[in-house]
Amino acid sequence: MNNEALADGTAVIELQNIEKTFQLGDQTVHALDGVNLRVMKGEYVSVMGPSGSGKSTMLNMLGLLDKPDRGNYRLAGHETTTMDEEQRARWRREQIGFVFQSFHLVPRLTAQENIELPMLLEGLAPRERHNKASDVMARLGLSDRGKHLPNQLSGGQRQRVAIARAIVMRPALLLADEPTGNLDSRSGTDVIELLEELNRTGITLVVVTHDAQLGERARRHVRMVDGRVAAE
Amino acid sequence: MRPMDLLQFSTQTLLRQRFRGLMILIAMGLGVAAVMILTALGQGARGYVMNEFAAIGTNVLAMFPGRQETTGGMPPPMGAAARDITIDEAFLLQRRVSSITAVAPLIVGSARVGYAERAREVSVLGTSALFFKIRHLTVGQGNALPDGDFRVASGEAVIGEKLKRELFEAKPAIGEFLRIGDSRFRVVGILTGRGDAMGMDLSDAVIIPVAASQRLFNAAGLFRVLIELREGTSAPDAIKRIEAAMQDFHQGELDVTVISPDSMRATFDGILIAMTLAVSAIGAISLFVAGILIMNVMLITVSQRTREIGLLKALGASSTDIMRIFLTEAMLLTGMGALVGVLFGFAVVKTARAFIPTVPFDAPGWAITAAVITALLTGLGFSWLPARRASLLQPVDALQKP
Repeated sequence: MNNEALADGTAVIELQNIEKTFQLGDQTVHALDGVNLRVMKGEYVSVMGPSGSGKSTMLNMLGLLDKPDRGNYRLAGHETTTMDEEQRARWRREQIGFVFQSFHLVPRLTAQENIELPMLLEGLAPRERHNKASDVMARLGLSDRGKHLPNQLSGGQRQRVAIARAIVMRPALLLADEPTGNLDSRSGTDVIELLEELNRTGITLVVVTHDAQLGERARRHVRMVDGRVAAE
Repeated sequence: MRPMDLLQFSTQTLLRQRFRGLMILIAMGLGVAAVMILTALGQGARGYVMNEFAAIGTNVLAMFPGRQETTGGMPPPMGAAARDITIDEAFLLQRRVSSITAVAPLIVGSARVGYAERAREVSVLGTSALFFKIRHLTVGQGNALPDGDFRVASGEAVIGEKLKRELFEAKPAIGEFLRIGDSRFRVVGILTGRGDAMGMDLSDAVIIPVAASQRLFNAAGLFRVLIELREGTSAPDAIKRIEAAMQDFHQGELDVTVISPDSMRATFDGILIAMTLAVSAIGAISLFVAGILIMNVMLITVSQRTREIGLLKALGASSTDIMRIFLTEAMLLTGMGALVGVLFGFAVVKTARAFIPTVPFDAPGWAITAAVITALLTGLGFSWLPARRASLLQPVDALQKP
């Protein structure tokens, strides 16, 4: 896999005619119904839409957590639909960072251990993991929280830890699913400002939300309805 | 993931779920210990029997009346005999077969043995002087039976030390007369110890000349004849010649069985090894029960940690990684359980040996190895399904689970 930084102006995400259907009882639900999307390196995109519009499915698709039934998805120039599970896992590890609404920190691990998880899965040496985690924590103002367990942290701090974990491998793409959904407005603003700051350093940011205010902040807005991109 | 990280990750998980770990640990430990203890029991029984055989010299044969072919029933010594072996035949045999140095005919029964006002029902052995030598009996006071012609029904008796205590207490017994049945016998010697006689406690028995016992029990035939061969004689050869002689005595019919302790020992050894394996297998069942417990607990763990599995996948764990994580956890538990089981098993075996020193309880290396390997394989086998289920979880669904 190529790990070289993509030049500005190249596409990080290229979706072509992506289709995904779910079987819900007798009904076939078209979660994604012919989605086309192109996101360039360094872009800041919000994906908005009512619940059931397919935005979560799209996020999973972008994050290589789900496979489309039809269509092509090129991530940083590489076709992903033909990759096997191991390859997709490796791409997730190295090129994609996830930030979830409910943080998803492992409760029995300290903040620092949570941040080290992707590097643990990658098989980096303990010293290297420690150094990289310390760097990221310093950058996000978490240096004095490394030894804390998630339940000893505030919501905003937990999401910061989650963001630290998402970016510690220096991914090309950062995917955030309702990143402020579980936070009060002040911490929410903090978190979104942090994400935007990261975006300014060159990371491609895709935020999925149904919060119009949050969605408006992005430079580019994608609106989804019934599994289609309805408007930009 | 690096192996060390995998191990650490799993250990951390286990430490957070001590109760679950403890349950599996106990189940596995008991399983392994059960295999060890049962094997030790089997080996102990085998060792005990083999020791008993070792007490009989290798140049000693045993002859029983009857033969499987002639009776069609159970083989001697359990089955009924066709024709008796008489004392005279035993005596003549000694003369006919040159490789025989001595014979000890044997009649066993029980009779009332009394002295003064005291009387006990004890085992009575009718035999000859050679018996003392073959069985390595130690005569503490006095002498063994006289070494003369055993066809003579003389009135000497050698008594066991327990019987001596019961009848005579501290009084000297040598030279005193005993009542055995209706006859009188003079005590000429006192045995020391239990005597190494196949489960029979000679410390509470009387040994009298075989001819006298024949009269006492009104028995025509001998229970068995122990035959001592000259050093360096081949046992199969001697057996053939003894059988030929007996056939001659019995009008051409071969109706005795002559066995060497070696062949009997081999038979017993085979039986006892089979028994040991059988009880070990029964112990192994508990390992499988433990395996099923592991599967249940692991399945519950997988469903409890669905979100974590989804997260790990999102962070870049492959299905193989997830599978490895859960298998490592199960193997850690099983391994520790096996270790606890081995230690517990050793403790039980050691204790048993301390309490019953005559039986050499011993869990052999192969049994311990087999138990531990079975435990590990069981752990691996039964956690495979839960681990696989975890690895196949869709990260999307897993993450959305509340």
